[in-house]
Amino acid sequence: MIDRDKHIGQASEPRTVEVERGFLRFFAEATGETDPVYFDDAAALAAGFRALPAPPTYLFSLNMAVPAKIGAVLDPVNGMGVDMSRILHGEQSFTYHRPICAGDRLTLVTTTRDIYAKKGGALEFVVQDTTAHDENGVLVAEMESVTVVRNG
Amino acid sequence: MAETLAVGTILPELVRGPIDRTTLALFAGASHDHVRLHIDSDYARDAGMGDVFAHGMLSMAYLAQALRSWAPQDRIRRWNVRFTAITPLYATVRCTGEVLEEIEMDGERALRIAIAAFIDDGTRTLAGEALVAVV
Repeated sequence: MIDRDKHIGQASEPRTVEVERGFLRFFAEATGETDPVYFDDAAALAAGFRALPAPPTYLFSLNMAVPAKIGAVLDPVNGMGVDMSRILHGEQSFTYHRPICAGDRLTLVTTTRDIYAKKGGALEFVVQDTTAHDENGVLVAEMESVTVVRNG
Repeated sequence: MAETLAVGTILPELVRGPIDRTTLALFAGASHDHVRLHIDSDYARDAGMGDVFAHGMLSMAYLAQALRSWAPQDRIRRWNVRFTAITPLYATVRCTGEVLEEIEMDGERALRIAIAAFIDDGTRTLAGEALVAVV
């Protein structure tokens, strides 16, 4: 079982990540995107964006690009040390305050909000919130992820 | 576009897939999600999963495309999904939406939209809600 007392309320170290234009295009291709706004700079500008926009789920990918150590579900030294073979994605939400675009530099912090068990401990649920702030310290977007750990 | 959406509207479906091993390899690379359950069949079998299966976030990315087909991205305020079943290899993903109600949120009008994804046999794989501003 995960040590609730140790991890609930624990915040990760801040991680800074650049939103890379090439990766945005790769993501669009890999997801079967058809809207030129996600491939073509001119189309993005014409649609009112500053640069190629990140699609709505992209904050999750940015978080994976610069994984947290402190308090991370998978980190064996600084986090919960859960084996990768036992995790499933349970829930995911996003809240947006302004668009994320290519060239942005964002700072991410992930905080464990809750850990709870079901089915007599056969399943554990880790609830983590991640915030993304821009270089001016403005909150750009937030997400909540629930990771399911299979202990059975 | 959001201004044409009315409460009760069943939104046009968006279909993606079928998802094959190449889809998963490319999505793993593009999304920085290198969890081996999605890209390494030997690893997935040893973990008791039978074979690799699709990232939940791949289906959520498809749902995001559906959302954007209904309203501009900058009108999406927040949304959430629960992953209710695994999406297996070779699945075709069907994304659906229905406008439930118009509400007041943070000083603006917003539509509450029920969203879901289904695979070929009718299993619901994702279910949630989106709040989309009406401008």
